[in-house]
Amino acid sequence: MSAFRRVLHQLKFDLLIFRRNPAATFFTVILPLIFLVLFTSIFGNNTLDNGAKVATLYVPGILTLAIVSATTVNLAITMTTRRERGMLKRTRGTPIPPWVFILSQMLAGAVIAVAMTVIISVIGRVVYGVSLQFETLPSLAISLVIGAMSFAALGLAMTVIISSEDAAPAVTNAIMLPLYFISGVFLPSDQVPDWVARIGDLFPVSHLNMALQESYNPFADGAAWPWDHWLVVLGWGLFGAVVALKLFRWTPNR
Amino acid sequence: MANDPLEAFVTTAIGVRDLKMHYGDFAAVDGIDLEVTTGEILAFLGSNGAGKTTTIEILEGFRKRTSGEVEVLGVDPERAPLSWREQIGIVLQESEPVPELTAGEAVRMQAAYYENPRNPEETLELVGLTSSADHRTRKLSGGQKRRLDLALALVGDPELVFLDEPTTGFDPTARRESWGMIEALRDIGKTVLLTTHYMDEAEHLSDRIVVIGAGKILARGTAEELADQVNAQTRISWKPDAADPRPPDRLGARVDSTTGQVQIDTKDSLVALHELTNWATEMGVSLPELNVARPTLEDVYLQLTEGHER
Repeated sequence: MSAFRRVLHQLKFDLLIFRRNPAATFFTVILPLIFLVLFTSIFGNNTLDNGAKVATLYVPGILTLAIVSATTVNLAITMTTRRERGMLKRTRGTPIPPWVFILSQMLAGAVIAVAMTVIISVIGRVVYGVSLQFETLPSLAISLVIGAMSFAALGLAMTVIISSEDAAPAVTNAIMLPLYFISGVFLPSDQVPDWVARIGDLFPVSHLNMALQESYNPFADGAAWPWDHWLVVLGWGLFGAVVALKLFRWTPNR
Repeated sequence: MANDPLEAFVTTAIGVRDLKMHYGDFAAVDGIDLEVTTGEILAFLGSNGAGKTTTIEILEGFRKRTSGEVEVLGVDPERAPLSWREQIGIVLQESEPVPELTAGEAVRMQAAYYENPRNPEETLELVGLTSSADHRTRKLSGGQKRRLDLALALVGDPELVFLDEPTTGFDPTARRESWGMIEALRDIGKTVLLTTHYMDEAEHLSDRIVVIGAGKILARGTAEELADQVNAQTRISWKPDAADPRPPDRLGARVDSTTGQVQIDTKDSLVALHELTNWATEMGVSLPELNVARPTLEDVYLQLTEGHER
């Protein structure tokens, strides 16, 4: 079997496993949709000067949440679990090239991220009149690919510092939840103190959020190419990839 | 490797010479030699901490050794290419199936990792899981999970199968079932290296037994050969009435103070029995509860490993 078909085969199963994992689907699929409903109910869905709906401004943060959840959070938890339960070791005992297996895990996160972008954009459009601009689609696609792959690499890297299956959700949330708050995901960055936002800007969540904001900016005039944000996200992704390549373990800790 | 014309002539599946695995000052494996012939089932018998799992993990390519020569299917596991794994099936001591998949899906997912896999449905049938093929793996019983482990190890149609303590923690029924499957491996011509700390399992399943203790090989051979090696003695025992006279000293009888039994341990049970019954007939002693017990493999094992625990 060609490497490409092997990746596709594994991807099919990884997506099936994701779909059947209630915790993963709740946090990645349901929770972001709940936030869309909550934000528009709490903060309202007024019409802006140019006729765009305010809900448009909530979408990038919600997408950031969905992407990080589909990749970093999901991979950190499931890969630690699979490692500690001997599943990764079993896989390593077969002739499947490790990179095929790992790439498939990352691609599964990317597929889910794209699906969530479509779902949130369509529901946002139909229910809340969210503005979508055709011109920003290429930029959105680049943000999605860079974001999903970088955050997936960071998820794999996080398994290195998580010692047990029980610790996985705790460690992952302890890192990600505060980051969401200081990265403009839940609150607009202008509503948190400046120094807090600056700390947030050191990390990639904030930059993925800002890159996505360019694509959903109702005031934008044509396509925007947020190179600076992409580079920061990519840099973190590269860091994650190097850590994972050097230190990722296939065998349980015990 | 499957197309190698020389393969048919390779008769040594596993060859190990002076294998050592040291962790600091601790020698988990302390210079062992091992040979497993193609088509045989070899049991690697030892208590916990004897070095069984360390050795098998070195053979499986999961662990780097400190020193020694190792060849598994003609290749050093430390330098083996991924294609080497086409010919090897592994049942790990502790590994769970992916809980979100059904048994059938788990086998089909793994089948695609191999160039020439067995048919997944046939593999499930081989381990008796056909009726559970559509059940999520987390709903399977302990015994069924172990069968799935075996199906996953066999779906690549390997030459050589490693089974690391395949029945540890099983109830007697589940153990018997697993034994049946492992015997089926012999029927389809697989070479099997099995570790266990159950003597009866080693005796029942394997062609040959290698006993390991404290990282060293203590004995090897068939169950009978092992019994010979330790000069295992047959025990003749009975429970005398209080009025019975003591048997003559030349029989070497002694009284077990807890059971009140009289016991004679002997290598030559026929002669001892002859003398004992002659004496008993002469003296009019009835030898109540007379019993002749051949040494069990367990006795042999305990004698072999005596002083090698850690």
